Amino acid sequence: MQLTVWTYEGPPHVGAMRVATGLEDVHYVLHAPQGDTYADLLFTMIERRDHRPPVTYTTFEARDLGGDTADLVVRSVKDAYERFKPSALLVGASCTAELIQDNPGGLAESLDLPIPVVPLELPSYQRKENWGAGETLYQLVRSLAGRRAPERGWKRPPRPEGSQASCNILGPTALGFRHRDDVTEIRRLLERMGIEVRVVAPLGATAEEITRLGEADFNVILYPEIADSAGRWLEKTFDQPRTTVIPIGVGATRDFVREVASLAGVSADPGLEAVETRLPWWSRSVDSTYLTGKRVFVFGDATHAVAAARVAQEEMGFEVVGLGTYSREFARDVRKAAKAMGLEPLITDDHLEVEDAIAAAAPELVLGTQMERHIAKRLGIFCAVISAPVHVQDFPARYAPQMGPEGANVLFDSWIHPLVMGLEEHLLGLFQEDFEFGDGAVPSHRHNERPAAPVMTATAEAEEDIVATPAPDAGEEAAAIAATALAASASTTDPVSTGTVLPREEPADTVAPQWTPDAQAELKRIPFFVRGKARKNTETFAREQGISEIDVETLYEAKAHFGGR
Amino acid sequence: MSTPLPTLPDQGCDSPVLRERGQREVFCGLTGILWLHRKMQDAFFLIVGSRTCAHLMQSAAGVMIFAEPRFGTAVMEEKDLAGMAVMDDELDRVVGRLLERRPEIRTIFLVGSCPSEVIKLDLGRAAERLEERSGGVRFVHYTGSGIETTFTQGEDSCLTALVPRLPDDEGSDPRLLVVGTLADVVEEQLLRLFRELNIGPVDFLPGRRADVLPPVGAHTRILAAQPWVNDTLRALQRRGAEVLAAPYPLGAEGTTEWIRAAARAWGIADQEVDRVVAPARDRARRAIGRYREALEGRSIFFFPDSQLEIPLARFLSSELGMRPLEVGTPHLDGDFMSAELDRLPAGVRLSEGQDVERQLDRCRAAEPDLTVCGMGLANPLEAEGLRTKWSIELVFSPIQGFEQAGDLAELFHRPLERAQRLRV
Repeated sequence: MQLTVWTYEGPPHVGAMRVATGLEDVHYVLHAPQGDTYADLLFTMIERRDHRPPVTYTTFEARDLGGDTADLVVRSVKDAYERFKPSALLVGASCTAELIQDNPGGLAESLDLPIPVVPLELPSYQRKENWGAGETLYQLVRSLAGRRAPERGWKRPPRPEGSQASCNILGPTALGFRHRDDVTEIRRLLERMGIEVRVVAPLGATAEEITRLGEADFNVILYPEIADSAGRWLEKTFDQPRTTVIPIGVGATRDFVREVASLAGVSADPGLEAVETRLPWWSRSVDSTYLTGKRVFVFGDATHAVAAARVAQEEMGFEVVGLGTYSREFARDVRKAAKAMGLEPLITDDHLEVEDAIAAAAPELVLGTQMERHIAKRLGIFCAVISAPVHVQDFPARYAPQMGPEGANVLFDSWIHPLVMGLEEHLLGLFQEDFEFGDGAVPSHRHNERPAAPVMTATAEAEEDIVATPAPDAGEEAAAIAATALAASASTTDPVSTGTVLPREEPADTVAPQWTPDAQAELKRIPFFVRGKARKNTETFAREQGISEIDVETLYEAKAHFGGR
Repeated sequence: MSTPLPTLPDQGCDSPVLRERGQREVFCGLTGILWLHRKMQDAFFLIVGSRTCAHLMQSAAGVMIFAEPRFGTAVMEEKDLAGMAVMDDELDRVVGRLLERRPEIRTIFLVGSCPSEVIKLDLGRAAERLEERSGGVRFVHYTGSGIETTFTQGEDSCLTALVPRLPDDEGSDPRLLVVGTLADVVEEQLLRLFRELNIGPVDFLPGRRADVLPPVGAHTRILAAQPWVNDTLRALQRRGAEVLAAPYPLGAEGTTEWIRAAARAWGIADQEVDRVVAPARDRARRAIGRYREALEGRSIFFFPDSQLEIPLARFLSSELGMRPLEVGTPHLDGDFMSAELDRLPAGVRLSEGQDVERQLDRCRAAEPDLTVCGMGLANPLEAEGLRTKWSIELVFSPIQGFEQAGDLAELFHRPLERAQRLRV
């Protein structure tokens, strides 16, 4: 049993819904009690879809349990087929139906409907949303494309001279983090390379297109969490190679172009020329000097976390001080990336553990999910969102991909925006005691944003660095509220000040050194956005030196020892 | 404008109720926790369920608006489904961790879910066991599972579980007990009116603390503030309390009649009630009147959601002149809804339960000017050209009482006004 308040991923059947909803003409019959229909609002409200997800819920009640819930499945499948006339049907169970073991997939198959029926077995008590999406896509591809599978061991003949290279793009789903715009961006890039994009799946694909997946020369795997198993199966079955580089950031996009060029047997040059992005110059421009060595903590799904760490280090000039993921299935990739950066990877789906790790790392910027945005808000650290779980604000009206050339521009803007800008940072450092520079002050380019009230903390000592939070602006919160209809309660419950920071036990072997009042006061003169780092460095230094009482001297000794601001 | 529904019987509240079974586009009872955990400030709601339950709470609550809510889910995993002994240990561990983090919690609700009900996890026994060893923390069990409760019935289930813990009222004077969560501001307004009428003492269930419960006994008179507390009312009747028949306190007239029901039980003359409520009632009428022109004659279609549908249809028809076409409710309780049904206009189709596909067919055919529905349906219906009002907002807004009557009217006016404003 795991005590959880917030979850990074939903249950696996929600992953299946993301696949079904992304497809054009596939329906999903879900054996589930009333209430599980809540998942519809993820699509209609958070993603603002103008259609209901193509899902029929069998809706069994307590009084059905002794009776014939299997019959309910059969009726629901028949009704759904009659009403929606889909080209293929997915049939499965949610967590509760899994326990009553009606075998909805088998029941549906036995009906001999004139369309493909794909049974889904998604173990709800072991697996989660991304796995569910991946498994659903895999089963669907196996079932539909498998109908045209060549004999085992078949080798793809060389592409005829003069014919255009072709690929599929696999992985984007409904409710995906920026999937809509990533697909547009990557399709454009591939087309600039002279490569035909045959099928994008699941997002926007028909069942008939899925059956034709084997025709393309290779597959572009945009989101391995979702498309890895399908991509592997296609590779094995159709001798269809797949990409492994995720084109997030300038360097990775160039690597992706080279990988695609080699798979397609075309020149990489047009693709490399197409990587027109402002990020390199924006980053080299002298006004960005202040970004140098900023400490960032990265957490997200494996794909986005690994990609963001590389961009942060190589393209922004940050220092990555933490890297982690909630995607256990892809933890290996994150471990590898963390090792290369000399970091201990954080593999967990417990947000409290992530909160502790962020507090301990004292970063200046968090690149995370909506969960980390809240953690960062409470800790008074700036944050930009890089990964699912999604929020209504992750579906902006404007074009905002994460991938490809334009994606790199978006990353630069959205990661830099939360930070205090260079000269302003200096002024705050020079005149920290200016009454208008108080910890409640926010960067001037974000003047309309309300500083957060200092949150309650359990230890007086911790209080001072829990300060004016770079709170998301009111409009953003309003959108979040709107999406979930809590408008009224929000007006009486300040969403910012409801946070509490819980006492964090110091490990027994590391008793925190005490601060003298003078040192405390001096620490307060350091701008809040670097104060956490200064405190951490000083305390680390004091422990190393066996100093039990930190005075002003210790503070500056530590500063000299560690360097930096 | 809308086309009339075919073959409507002209009988008002006596029209046969269309009872349907099928896919329901409603929340389960767990979602009641979203307001209960804010109302009872010393309580924690621990759902024993699955990842789906946790995901529902997070999705319905707005992705993490509240940094540290007083609810959580003990997510059952494969190994937990093995046997009870393990489950006890696991619950102890989870509760221990919870109380370590939140030592100020005095009451923990162990909330059953679909999976915990299906595997017949005895949370009642678990609550007893935990309370015995807790050193003063109360453990109360109720179910919010979707196989037994629909949306607001979760609150009913929670309050019903509290009724046995209400102390006996030893006194011989009447007390008023208002049942069903109200916004704090509404409670204060109503208290002022009761005070002026010399009605009291007045208690609220739920109150702001779960460990201070109002007394109940033969002299307790009950007003239901919300239409979903029916099982709670019956449990209180069994404790000797008397439920006063009244419409729900929505709109100027509904609120007047609600207060009048209490006043009559206290032997207060109708004229005195009219005198006391007159200033607030007149304000409410003026506030409502501002929207009457825009809403009068407009047709409205309710999908089932919170059980507020019938009282709302009554308010909208009697005080704003709207025309309810179909009023769907997840559950129709004839006993406690009779005062509302008597006030509904003739010809309204009532439906109980849901087959969402068939109801959508009826809605499209009826072409209402305004459709009240859940969040899963609203945008798709908007895209089809219908104007909608999300029903959940009606549960999460202070809409009861005189001072909120205008706000309530405005909630129905806003989608229509917005449609008029937009030129895109």
